[in-house]
Amino acid sequence: MAEGKTVLDIKDLRTCFHTEKGDVRAVDGVSLSISEGTTLGVVGESGCGKTVLALSVMRLIPIPPGEILSGEILLEGVDLLRLNREEMRKVRGKSISMIFQEPMTSLNPVITVGAQIAEIVRLHEGKSNKEALEYAIEMLNMVGIDHPKKRIRDYPHQMSGGMRQRIMIAMALACKPRLMIADEPTTALDVTVQAQILELMEDLKKRINTSILFITHDLGVIAHFAQTVAIMYAGKIVEQAASDSFFASPLHPYSLGLIEAVPVVTKEWDREKRLRTIPGMVPDMSKPIKGCAFQDRCGYVMPICREQEPELIEKRMGHWVRCWKWA
Amino acid sequence: MGPLLEMGMIKEKDMLLEIRGLKKYFHSRGLQYWKQEGLIRAVDDVSMDIRPGETLGLVGESGCGKSTLAKLIMGLETPTAGEILFEGENIAGYSRDAWRAFRDKVQIIFQDPYASLNPRRTAGKTIGEPFFIRRKNLRKKEIDEHVTRLLALVGLSSDQAERYPHEFSGGQRQRIGIARAISVEPSLVIADEPVSALDVSIQAQILNLMKDLQDELHLTYLFISHNLGVIRHMSDRVIVMYLGRIVESGTNEAIFGDPRHPYTRLLLSAILDPHARKGKKATNGTGESKAMMQPDMCRFYPRCPIGGDLCLNKTPKLMQLTEDHAVACHFGIR
Repeated sequence: MAEGKTVLDIKDLRTCFHTEKGDVRAVDGVSLSISEGTTLGVVGESGCGKTVLALSVMRLIPIPPGEILSGEILLEGVDLLRLNREEMRKVRGKSISMIFQEPMTSLNPVITVGAQIAEIVRLHEGKSNKEALEYAIEMLNMVGIDHPKKRIRDYPHQMSGGMRQRIMIAMALACKPRLMIADEPTTALDVTVQAQILELMEDLKKRINTSILFITHDLGVIAHFAQTVAIMYAGKIVEQAASDSFFASPLHPYSLGLIEAVPVVTKEWDREKRLRTIPGMVPDMSKPIKGCAFQDRCGYVMPICREQEPELIEKRMGHWVRCWKWA
Repeated sequence: MGPLLEMGMIKEKDMLLEIRGLKKYFHSRGLQYWKQEGLIRAVDDVSMDIRPGETLGLVGESGCGKSTLAKLIMGLETPTAGEILFEGENIAGYSRDAWRAFRDKVQIIFQDPYASLNPRRTAGKTIGEPFFIRRKNLRKKEIDEHVTRLLALVGLSSDQAERYPHEFSGGQRQRIGIARAISVEPSLVIADEPVSALDVSIQAQILNLMKDLQDELHLTYLFISHNLGVIRHMSDRVIVMYLGRIVESGTNEAIFGDPRHPYTRLLLSAILDPHARKGKKATNGTGESKAMMQPDMCRFYPRCPIGGDLCLNKTPKLMQLTEDHAVACHFGIR
């Protein structure tokens, strides 16, 4: 898509969970790439497979019941799926790091935040305890926490949600990773704090020249902070484009539905106005789907949608869509 | 707003709910739990009205006291000071029987449809129980009919009455929560973040359902949310709270068209709208809200871009700008 070096290249990734009800194909043939210094937003509703995608890249899928069936995940040319456990451990936290949705539960409650940040640089960069703690202070300063010297001795419960998320970001960026995966990093935060955290991420991204894989259900966040967008539905990418192209004219009926369903602060307000909805629910992914996975919720459904699955086609320059309407 | 009010069908006096000078303080304790560390003014001198048939939106960030206010109205917390009048009567003076009648008229929908339903009770039981408690000598058939009618109202089928909560999706569970709330034909429904836990496509379905039910059953909503888009869509009038106090209140048009309080403006500037991407910097705000503060300063002062010395010494009172727009700021009036 955008020019520049490709940092992450995912090719035809398939991740599946073996359950009692059958195999759930959570990620079903996803190909994505992220250029250096850009943000790719992966958008979808709960159960669409976006978190499994992120965990697959980190190779944190619990095996069993999970299994990465096939595909390649190339981080600057190195296929992460071919690394052994020890090599992968060196990648996690160093070249790729991850921020989770819940800053409350993803920090260790019985270790001070300073020690948690220091641990990463001690392990990955072989710094001494003293150096690592000094570096932790520097990192806290960078993520905008006041009195960092005092604050490194704090425990997570002594901090607010926004500050905890700043700590998570400090930990994620401590080793200047090539890629940061952010899984719903601001969903649990207040709107004003969300805006601060997003701006901080944007600012640090530029300073460290890292790339971000941003996973969210909030199209508003993507519209303002991502250069490229991928919409995921039932384990597959249904639309993928540069943000400009996507928001100017979204193509897939699901993307349109997602945008329309968000109640916004518009100029005019009408008491009688109803929101456009996407009827129905996501399909049961443990059962095989004949045709397009979106068929039962789609307003443009055609006979062929029930027969055959559409391919991801390049409808416009760099704007890909998986829909028979555009085929 | 109240279209009824405009048409002159009801008078200003016929408020469904009036709140006067309501306060709820909590004592906060640190690690030494026997020592009192400070006072949290969760709800501090709040006065407001809810008019019959309207949707009153209550917006604010976590810790602003919106859920405490909901609990006070439900009678689940005892106020430190102030009074709540429901249909003109002070709820503090209610007898046992009056409370029981009050519970029929005021119901609540909770945020988390996963946690607010009893996992070992079928949907039908959950929905039918309030109705059963209210009118003891009912036959099973009558209750079943009632449950079927309610399920149809919220868009579920009657055979789903026999299912347990874990068999439903998040959106369906919230529909059950709504059915339970309207089961006793309440006049006021408090909706505490009813769609925050739902996906956008489901959120839109639930919001539409709530609007339909309001028209059909003449419900009054107190709609609590931190999402300004949702508040804009649902509310006739809006109240903005910050750390226990109302900072701005007015009609939907007034709050969103002509916001006067710097906090309201900050909230509006923090919205990330997928429909309007260009020419927008997310926010200029800094800081986060803190619960404990000196009582006599403006609580927004530490984050305020326009505050002055006056704000440090005097808590601004809510002042009426027009008949239906009030703001509590020393400088936000112009």
